[in-house]
Amino acid sequence: MTPMDFLLLTKGPLFSLAIAIFALGILIRLFEIFALGRAHNYAAARGNEVIPGLKTMYRRFNPDPGTFKRSTFDVVVGTLWHVGFVIALLMFIPHIELIKSTLGVSWPGLPNPVVDAVTAITLLGLVAVLIHRLTHPVKRFLSTPQDYLIWAVTFLPVLTGYLAYHRLINPYPLALGLHIFTVEIFLIVLPFTKLTHIFTAFVARYYNGAIFGRKGIQS
Amino acid sequence: MTQGAHSFSVERGLNAWREEIDAPVAAFFSSCVHCGLCAQACPFFVETGDPKYTPIHKLEPMRLLWEQEFTLWGKLKKTVKDRVDAQLGRAPKPLITDEMLEEWEPLLYDSCSMCGRCSMVCPVGNDIHYMIRKAREGMVASGHSPEGLVAASVRAVNTGSPMGLQWKTLDVQIKHVETATGLEVPIDKQGAEYLVLLSSMEIINFPEYLEAITKIFDHAGVSWTLSKTCFEATNAGIQIGSKDIAATLVQRVVDAAEQLQVKNVISPECGHAYTAIRWEGPNAIKRAYPFKVYHIIEVLDQLRADGRIKTEGKEMDRLSMHDPCNLARKSGVVQQQRSLMDLVASNFVDLKEHGEFQWCCGAGGGVSSNERAEPLKLAAFKRKKAQIEEVEPERMVTMCATCRTQLEEGLEEFNMDIPVVGLTEIIADHLVEKEVENKKAEES
Amino acid sequence: MATSKTLGESLRQHGVSRRGFLKFCAATASMMALPPSMAPAIAQALEKARRPSVIWLSFQECTGCTESLTRSFSPTVENLIFDVISLDYHHTLQAAAGDAAEHAREQAMNTNAGEYLVVVDGSLPGPNANPGYSTIAGISNYDMLMDTIDGAAAVVAVGTCAAFGGLPKADPNPTGAVSVQDLVKDKPVINVSGCPPVPMVITGVLAQFLTFGTLPELDEYGRPRAFFGQSIHDRCYRRPFYDKGKFAESFDDEGAKAGWCLYRLGCKGPMTYNACATMKWNGGASWPVEAGYPCLGCSEPDFWDAGGFYKALSVPTGSPGDVLLTAGAVGAAVGVGAGLMSRNQGKQAAKHHDKVTADQLEEKL
Ligand code: HEM
Ligand code: SF4
Ligand code: SF4
Ligand code: SF4
Ligand code: SF4
Repeated sequence: MTPMDFLLLTKGPLFSLAIAIFALGILIRLFEIFALGRAHNYAAARGNEVIPGLKTMYRRFNPDPGTFKRSTFDVVVGTLWHVGFVIALLMFIPHIELIKSTLGVSWPGLPNPVVDAVTAITLLGLVAVLIHRLTHPVKRFLSTPQDYLIWAVTFLPVLTGYLAYHRLINPYPLALGLHIFTVEIFLIVLPFTKLTHIFTAFVARYYNGAIFGRKGIQS
Repeated sequence: MTQGAHSFSVERGLNAWREEIDAPVAAFFSSCVHCGLCAQACPFFVETGDPKYTPIHKLEPMRLLWEQEFTLWGKLKKTVKDRVDAQLGRAPKPLITDEMLEEWEPLLYDSCSMCGRCSMVCPVGNDIHYMIRKAREGMVASGHSPEGLVAASVRAVNTGSPMGLQWKTLDVQIKHVETATGLEVPIDKQGAEYLVLLSSMEIINFPEYLEAITKIFDHAGVSWTLSKTCFEATNAGIQIGSKDIAATLVQRVVDAAEQLQVKNVISPECGHAYTAIRWEGPNAIKRAYPFKVYHIIEVLDQLRADGRIKTEGKEMDRLSMHDPCNLARKSGVVQQQRSLMDLVASNFVDLKEHGEFQWCCGAGGGVSSNERAEPLKLAAFKRKKAQIEEVEPERMVTMCATCRTQLEEGLEEFNMDIPVVGLTEIIADHLVEKEVENKKAEES
Repeated sequence: MATSKTLGESLRQHGVSRRGFLKFCAATASMMALPPSMAPAIAQALEKARRPSVIWLSFQECTGCTESLTRSFSPTVENLIFDVISLDYHHTLQAAAGDAAEHAREQAMNTNAGEYLVVVDGSLPGPNANPGYSTIAGISNYDMLMDTIDGAAAVVAVGTCAAFGGLPKADPNPTGAVSVQDLVKDKPVINVSGCPPVPMVITGVLAQFLTFGTLPELDEYGRPRAFFGQSIHDRCYRRPFYDKGKFAESFDDEGAKAGWCLYRLGCKGPMTYNACATMKWNGGASWPVEAGYPCLGCSEPDFWDAGGFYKALSVPTGSPGDVLLTAGAVGAAVGVGAGLMSRNQGKQAAKHHDKVTADQLEEKL
């Protein structure tokens, strides 16, 4: 197989396959959650559910000052690389072209050097996060092989994207093919691992906010 | 199923979990990224540094069940595993064993006061204490609940009080209050506005409370009553984590309230009793109440707002306050106690993290009824101690008998000379005397 | 057929100046990654070079490659070189036809056995395909190629069709087309890809063979590194705009007028290795990207199937939008089904609820 064959495979059938597994998987996961429902709550509510639920969906991006102080590294580096990942994914012109062609929507991108700098920070952040996981007693204790798997699966698209952009793998079709291939692994692995949190965390936050909100507390 | 047809078993426990797993639980388990932030929120981890006390880890057995039985992916994995086992001719390993549950019993009971702080902090939004409450259902059903809580539940059902306290003990106290105040303590008064409940712990440790509300209600002209058939507000069923026991106990409150046709039921200075009646009770008996439920602090603050409480003088020493988790974080009562403090304290200072982000005293969620948890209870208290040391108050104020006991015992253990008082009592101490009030009215 | 005229004599006869010739030699030197000081040596060698025998086979092709080589604005050194090689067989260019033409081919093969070059343009139906898709003088392309390369020194596949299969091989490849390198395993094959290739690249390869009797260093696709070592994107004069993130979004917007990068208009420059950006076309006049047109990636294998010409390089070739919708709908349905199954499990559990009583608990004490 030539690098070009590989690129065409990843850009064509593999991409369709990956996106099919992703869409199928993640929707199964989400509907599986919703279908379970919640028992009727007979206790008289003190507050509303919906508004606090929605607020919590956002508020968990900004931790309370105590948590910030006690887990500064997690908060700062975690936010940094998540934001970086999303910027690289959604604000890079080639990606926007891809989204436009797939979903029909598009938005202005960021200049490539900006995305590139963000990518470099994201890569460093991800490496730091891995080291932290390997050394922090609680994280080490909690971590399962899956945690390391999803780290790798997340790290690789960013790394290969960076290598492709800087043309550090030759020939280029191989570089781009590897990038897209790692993205496909990411997409396929996502619904079957805790990467689902990308979607379910918002559901979880909503429920958290709603449960507390009903009792009159903004969580 | 016939009652008692089954003894406690893993299968019975798993069945209870199957009943408990709902959409939020599924969303929470799907979302945890093992970031460990919840550990930093939990006094039991923070003060012991032992990673096994990480809140989400306390739920691992229930998570296993959810994954295997409530996700298509998990079912698939199980099918494959079973096939492989069958191929190799070996017996499939059970997912959750008795030994496992035994190992988790101290994690779910001894090291969790159900304070809910972890639920406020988890970045993906997991309401961990919501799940711990549910997990305890399965622990009871599988026969893995601590002896202290089992005993308290049995006593509560059989005697009406988790401490085995009888009405006659309370009656002696009532008589005492009546002579001390010269006021009547109303008992079984039909159609009263408020049915007042008490907690055994309060009756035994803090008899001042009953005297305080007798004075305040007289002062404010509130119509209230005690019930001879049901005076106990706490619910051991909620602490041990059994809806069935909880329903039995809460039904007694509902019956008493309905029989006396009261409009409201007041939970005493006990955070746990309040959440039990206010939030869990209706769901345990599966119907809404025909009355409202208030914590005494809510009632007092409403009286204050309505101008029905007149006070004079203020406490001059430096006071700080411990928010009971059950009252503040878990029930949304945060401002009320502060408004009341303003009424009677001139030198009040809040702990740095308070209100919905307060730290638990370490004794809630049944920890204080579980002798085995004694060392952990004291360890968890160190967080509160550190908070208190930060602001250096001369006295602490709180509004939960369990918290108060824990604070008193803890502070004593560490040789800190900081008395702890109930907020209701302080209010009672500053009421304008009736005669004085009358005189003022005459003068004007 | 073979004459004894040297290249030098022939050039002088055509009135090519010494200066022009040296310029060509300098360019050749740089293509071969030799220092400029080597130019005179190249000139000397070229002057003395004898016309080698070349057999040019045209199979499933469009004649574009020959056009590229011969249709220059003015006679250039490149096409003169082409003139002076002994093109013994080229059925587009030669006068002879039919049996006479085939006879010329056989004669050239016999006389120059082991020394002649075979140049191929066009792909050919593979050994397993119906040979009738393309025949010359009743001989299948496959047979003719295999027969001709037997005594060849090397094979030069000119154009993307010969090098990689090109248009005939594009999906669904009705003729079962294959490339030269798919068939020729025991002779050196030099791929000069492009649709068509840059003319000087063709002659450059020939010049090296003439000068040093050697074959150029090749990349992983068998292309001379000297010409295909760098991507269009890496040498594109619009690259600074790419790096700044300034893109034309339509062919007539302000960006297009300002000469911004054509990535979003489908430029395949980043994946394309060719010499257009450095050598340009039409005697260095311009090249496609300079003319405001995105690179199609014509020197790369399968470029016809590598996504729409006007779709950005990052756009997948399938229809992921439809896939997403279909899979999403199926996922939602399966998810609801699976969820209801789980929910039922909860309900069943509730049915089997075994009430916990104080008596049961008491037994534990
Ligand atoms: C999880 C999803 C993805 C992530 C996180 C990701 C990340 C990145 C990053 C970090 C870069 C490098 C940017 C820079 O350094 O400036 C990049 C480049 C690129 N990505 Fe992705 N990517 C993703 C999905 C995709 C997909 C699905 C495609 C196409 C099918 C794609 C096509 C490209 C292309 C064409 C480049 C440009 C490389 C270059 O400039 O040479 N990416 N990506
Ligand atoms: S509810 Fe409180 S005690 Fe229990 S795990 Fe969470 S933080 Fe720890
Ligand atoms: S804080 Fe939340 S996401 Fe992090 S380990 Fe705890 S439960 Fe999991
Ligand atoms: S026009 Fe094409 S080759 Fe030139 S910089 Fe843009 S993408 Fe690269
Ligand atoms: S610019 Fe690209 S498509 Fe155009 S001739 Fe050059 S390589 Fe081929």
